[in-house]
Amino acid sequence: MISLGQDEIAKYPFLAEAGQYLKDKGFTLEQFATDPDLKIIVDKAYERIESAAEGKIYNPKADNSSEKDTVLPLNVFSFLIAIVLLKLSGLNTLINRFSLAEARRAEKFLERDLVSNSNKTSEEFAIKIFRDVFSVTIKKAGDYFVIPISDYLQHAVNFHELEWKLVNRHVENGMVFLSTHESARLIRKELGGYISSRIRAANTPSMSKGFEDKVNKLSELAKKFVVNTIVSTEYPPCIKHAIEELNSGENLPHFGRFMLATFLLGRGQTIEEIVPLFKNAPDWNEKVTRYQIKQISGETGSNTKYSCPSCDKIESHDMCFATPDCDNIINPMQFGKKRL
Amino acid sequence: MLENDLKFLEETFKQYYFDHFDFIHIPDRSLEREYGYKKFNSGMVRHISLKTDKDLHLMLMTNVPSDVFCSNAYYTFPNLPMAEKDWKEADLIFDIDAKDLNLSCRKDHTCVKCLSCGEVSLLHDTCPKCKSNKLDLLSLTCDNCISGVKKEVLNLIKILTNDLQIDDKNVRTSFSGNEGFHLYVANSSYNQLGSKERGDLIDYIMFRRVMPERFGFKKENPSRHTFPELDEAGWRGRVAKELFGSKSKRSKAITKIISDGKLAYQQILEEIGKNSIGIKIDPNVTVDIHRIFRLEGSLNSKSGLAKLACENIERFDPYTETCLIDDSSVEVSANFPIEFRLKNTKFGPYTNEKVSVPKYAAAYMLCKGIASLA
Ligand SMILES: [Zn+2]
Ligand SMILES: [Zn+2]
Repeated sequence: MISLGQDEIAKYPFLAEAGQYLKDKGFTLEQFATDPDLKIIVDKAYERIESAAEGKIYNPKADNSSEKDTVLPLNVFSFLIAIVLLKLSGLNTLINRFSLAEARRAEKFLERDLVSNSNKTSEEFAIKIFRDVFSVTIKKAGDYFVIPISDYLQHAVNFHELEWKLVNRHVENGMVFLSTHESARLIRKELGGYISSRIRAANTPSMSKGFEDKVNKLSELAKKFVVNTIVSTEYPPCIKHAIEELNSGENLPHFGRFMLATFLLGRGQTIEEIVPLFKNAPDWNEKVTRYQIKQISGETGSNTKYSCPSCDKIESHDMCFATPDCDNIINPMQFGKKRL
Repeated sequence: MLENDLKFLEETFKQYYFDHFDFIHIPDRSLEREYGYKKFNSGMVRHISLKTDKDLHLMLMTNVPSDVFCSNAYYTFPNLPMAEKDWKEADLIFDIDAKDLNLSCRKDHTCVKCLSCGEVSLLHDTCPKCKSNKLDLLSLTCDNCISGVKKEVLNLIKILTNDLQIDDKNVRTSFSGNEGFHLYVANSSYNQLGSKERGDLIDYIMFRRVMPERFGFKKENPSRHTFPELDEAGWRGRVAKELFGSKSKRSKAITKIISDGKLAYQQILEEIGKNSIGIKIDPNVTVDIHRIFRLEGSLNSKSGLAKLACENIERFDPYTETCLIDDSSVEVSANFPIEFRLKNTKFGPYTNEKVSVPKYAAAYMLCKGIASLA
């Protein structure tokens, strides 16, 4: 594990050993459940989950204020207590959304730290995260960061956009050149995965009276998103993949969104059921999404109802993940029907 | 294949393995590799693991395979079914074949064999003897194709050693035994890559799926200085050399590119990728991390020539150096309309003739299916 300073732990709280951290600061979990002075932290923890659930990044600007002087590192405690609440609630939807939002938050810090010319320590620390947590060796080269081609490829294949293809990158002497933003972007998915795996691996504490109220509220909150988690086993792998991409906050290309919407419409889902699926997209805009899906459904615009693209077409967009279950179908709509 | 021809080839191949077992190059970490073989007129046997060189020798002697293969992958259990092998890593492999170069000489050394009546004739759509349209294409030796493939191999090696920073000591080039070359890259940081990642590497090497923006054409207000310079590294430099030729012509060429528009530029990039600067590797080979690849030093049943490593590819003459079957005289009846050359000797064309030829030429003709024992 990386050793953390106060500054770093506020930016990347998921790297901390939660139990040890509380102990070091002289707190027990029980205190947070009972001490009225600490209630503010439990409230903050709940807010943090709530804003994550809504696809927002938790208040990243506030983290800039110097926390070193305050007695209570609010940002670290609220993160740790948020995890306690999530574990007590056992709600996977919320854990996923929380991990994603925290990953985006950390991505912003990573990006900032990578170029903090005034602060060598921050820069070194960001590079260390790449290396120790994600096994990616990045080095600074002028205005760019360079990363070995084989490391690059293992992360870049997660993206569908042509600009991430190696042929469209500055490659020299076995290294790929990336901007700061691209370097941080490259590991977003893994960052989210890392945070959620840490949360899943954490012990679930026993329920305290002081947390009950918040945990109940989380159950209410989760109901709003329940539609998102229905990934039927009856869906073909390309559709499952598209849904996973969206859920993990990836920028599913236009064609992928079109494929997903036409498929779900074809399977009889309503526009209202489909719209929330796109909530985690980096460019999420409810109005635009609803409008676009209406267009595809033929409800507005040209009145043409679009149908799901063929497997060939999907393959040509690099979005086919065929398995033997596909059974040589030529359109995703046929998935699972051939055998019946 | 006729019974007699089959027996002849089996005996000839067996003799080769008996005399020349030392030509077989057993790859590093052989215990972790999967072996496989084919016999004449039958299917593939794979999932074999071999403990020692003696086991390999025994396999060659008892089964007399027509072709022998070894995996590019390393496994914990190479002899178990694919799902249970426990894949560890795989060497990067490449295959460049003359047929993918589509050179204009190709029609001059290709003939067709009718699958209905067996007649071998010049390139036609239908068999001149029985009018069947079920035909097999047969390509015979061609020095021009070999030099074309060599050029491609040298360009590939440049990309591997410069762009991908692979140590040239780790690149092993060999003649495939028919009309192409194989490249092995062992011990590189690319060994861990899965198929998807290798797919991206393939697009890089073949110069496919290219964006005009990366090669200078910005979306808004295209400007001259973003276009590549001739001395740049990697693909930008190669594109500049291909499109501009020289520094003095660069400016004029860019003016034309900008006025023709981005779409036209994209088409030009795609075109040069396909027909000139993209390396013509077989993508199906490189993407495959479970492939069993022809074993170096073994004979290729498409020709009777050996797959052999070449130290100096420019000077390597595959039609002499890999022709390792002996030259005792064999009588064959041959019928094919074009010539081929082996060991600097010309054979054919023959019209239903009985001829005495050296054994290596007889084996070549039998493997190609253009003659049988007299
Ligand atoms: Zn015929
Ligand atoms: Zn040729």
